[in-house]
Amino acid sequence: MAKTKARVKAPKSAKKGEAFQIKTLISHKMETGQRKDKKGNKIPRDIINKFVCTYNGKEVFSADWHPAVSANPYLAFYVKAEESGSLEMTWTDDAGKAVKKTAKVTVS
Amino acid sequence: MKKAYLGAMAFGVAALIAASFASTTHADHNSPLLGKMEVDDRRSGYTYMEPETKAIQDDDFENPAMIFVEDGEQLWGSVDGNANKSCQSCHNDAFDSMKGVAAGYPKYDPKLKKLKSLEQQINICRTERMQAKPWKWESNELLAMTIFVRHQSRGMPVNVSIDDEAAPFFAKGKEFYYERRGQLDMACKHCHEDNAGHMARANRLTQGQINGFPTYRLKWQKVGSVHRRFRGCNKNIRAQPLKYGADEYVNLELYVAWRGRGLPVETPSVRN
Repeated sequence: MAKTKARVKAPKSAKKGEAFQIKTLISHKMETGQRKDKKGNKIPRDIINKFVCTYNGKEVFSADWHPAVSANPYLAFYVKAEESGSLEMTWTDDAGKAVKKTAKVTVS
Repeated sequence: MKKAYLGAMAFGVAALIAASFASTTHADHNSPLLGKMEVDDRRSGYTYMEPETKAIQDDDFENPAMIFVEDGEQLWGSVDGNANKSCQSCHNDAFDSMKGVAAGYPKYDPKLKKLKSLEQQINICRTERMQAKPWKWESNELLAMTIFVRHQSRGMPVNVSIDDEAAPFFAKGKEFYYERRGQLDMACKHCHEDNAGHMARANRLTQGQINGFPTYRLKWQKVGSVHRRFRGCNKNIRAQPLKYGADEYVNLELYVAWRGRGLPVETPSVRN
């Protein structure tokens, strides 16, 4: 994924048992494979097809994306605060390349 | 009995007349991020957007165009060209040096003896001061830098000069705005002056303001410049689109910017 930028917004601290929101945004063309170029040839599909969030190594959220997801996908979801640690987001595209971003949270 | 009835009616009519002359600002047109989005009867395109679209613009995290602001910031500090300079070498911190600058563009250039847009000024700096190659119009780099510089004026009112040397070009831009063109034989005013607020197929027509440009258009799934939009508008009425950076478009840009005078710079805005 050339020049793909990702950002994560998560609270720095949360109370145990509380559900907190994580917001993510990644810049990506999400080419569906249906568009045609000026010559009439189909532009090949190139999308992010998987998003995974792990919490201290344990997968807590995942999403399978398909060509209907628009470019520069924004995704927000909730995670239940269990223990302090790191949340790792991974976006994987059709070619298998992955972009990772980490956020740390302190749980009291 | 009759006198009292007439009196009450007169009061009622007077109240109605007073209400219709009351302030035309609507609270729901305000942006939680930038405040008032209209001046007198001049409305930002923001005020015509759906609540969901407005919400994306009002959140700097969600706004995909903010990534271009970050890219622009990176380019600002990057050395490029044979003079071994970056924008920062001359202009230092953009947050200070570029504040309010974009709000005055397009402006007259005494060397060129015509108007120049912000994109053109960026390339003038690159070629003349940095001895670097000019960036192609609508390239990611030029978009990022234009957005980054204009973003430093966000919240400030559009304030272009239409006097002195700029006057004849302003007049040309105004002429273009009202001139019919294309197979559909329409002028800018037919959509943006006569029918602002009405639907054109499935889109709501705005006043065609450019205070938020370069904008992230959901239709483009990308950010785009004013000239891209002008070309699109021309294509829509089946007129020959002019080249990016064409004199006619820069003149038009001054006129349209003036039509939005006082509106806040919103770069980067989000539109449909």
